[in-house]
Amino acid sequence: MATVVDVRAETSHAKTFRLALPHPSIHLAGQHYIVRLTAPDGYTASRSYSVASPPDGSAEIELTVELLPDGEVSSFLHEVVMPGDTLEVRGPIGGWFVWRGDTPALLVGGGSGVVPLMAMLRLARRTGRSDLVRLVVSARSPGDLYYAGELPGPETTIVYTRAAPPSWPRPVGRLNGGDLPAPITPDATAYVCGTPGFADAATGLLTDATIATNRIRVERFGPTR
Amino acid sequence: MKRFTRGFRGRGQATRDSRLPPGQYDVGSAWPVLTAEATPKLSTETWTFKIRGLVEQPTTWSWDEIHAFAQSTFEGDIHCVTTWSKLGVKFSGVSVDTLLAAARPLPTATHVLALGYTGYTTNLPLQDVTGGKAWVVWDYEGSPLPVEHGGPARMIVPHLYFWKSAKWVSGMELQDHNEPGFWERNGYHDHGDPWLEQRYQGD
Repeated sequence: MATVVDVRAETSHAKTFRLALPHPSIHLAGQHYIVRLTAPDGYTASRSYSVASPPDGSAEIELTVELLPDGEVSSFLHEVVMPGDTLEVRGPIGGWFVWRGDTPALLVGGGSGVVPLMAMLRLARRTGRSDLVRLVVSARSPGDLYYAGELPGPETTIVYTRAAPPSWPRPVGRLNGGDLPAPITPDATAYVCGTPGFADAATGLLTDATIATNRIRVERFGPTR
Repeated sequence: MKRFTRGFRGRGQATRDSRLPPGQYDVGSAWPVLTAEATPKLSTETWTFKIRGLVEQPTTWSWDEIHAFAQSTFEGDIHCVTTWSKLGVKFSGVSVDTLLAAARPLPTATHVLALGYTGYTTNLPLQDVTGGKAWVVWDYEGSPLPVEHGGPARMIVPHLYFWKSAKWVSGMELQDHNEPGFWERNGYHDHGDPWLEQRYQGD
């Protein structure tokens, strides 16, 4: 069981839950935890949420949760959960979409897909290895950008698709090849996270930029069709 | 005593479908896409399906050759470890029984490793892909299987969590031991029975 120690809004549709675990977290940047809710009659509902906080040896982790329309678990977390509550969590989960902090990495995220990439960026900054990481994040508008106060920096590129801040240098529009940092080291691993449509578009841009498909790791989420 | 979550009642439990395994929800008409790798572009001109390893007759079938087998259809439910289930779906292709009958497993074969064009692998006991439990499919609800869902052809092993159903399948290797596949090496359960909630290692 984890105890909720803080809840804060990232955007109007995303909240970060800071959880205290009974023991130090052993997660790697990019991994997720399962949150399981149990009703008095035994009914349960579980969902996976990426860890946004970097591995730092502490017993606290942060999960950022997007409020989904009709989301049984996300709406409960957003509307009911408050500091002091306990939540059943399981993790960390996943051994593929992880960055261990010592290899070149190109991170490409769309919308809430930035969450596991934020753990990677935070790890790089915390360990003084920002030189290894480039993050390109796509958001619909400034109000939809997660971690807006923390994310900007020399290693990050922000792409707005619908609306941008005044005097933002890049015209609004979908992610394109010109948004990718150059040069990309040929041995970099690319981590792409977003909706299936975003992930396919981004992996297409990466392969056009001559990143080998076996160097691209993808995490897709969200319903389609 | 079972601990419950303060304030959580769940939704629609009175009408919960008995086809849903524990911890799963019905996605309705949606079909989420979850893959770990870039979607490959495969041509049916060059596509093949291969059975290798512990068989009397290692065999490779072309797209046309595999279509020459008697067609077999699965109608039922699929369950993803990320907790969605999709009820009442229909896939058509060829039964794995039919392919194995041609390749003839050796008595020493106990497991199969399903292989994908992207390098994806997933391990299954032989008994989980025989006896009408597994298919290689290229048709979903009467149309070609969409590429994002594994087209032109994928395996389906619908009685197990859906990561056991390899997308963009290229073949199967029969083995005399259990060799963990891609997700199984990355924290997921070796067997993956949704009714037993075998989601992660240790379940």
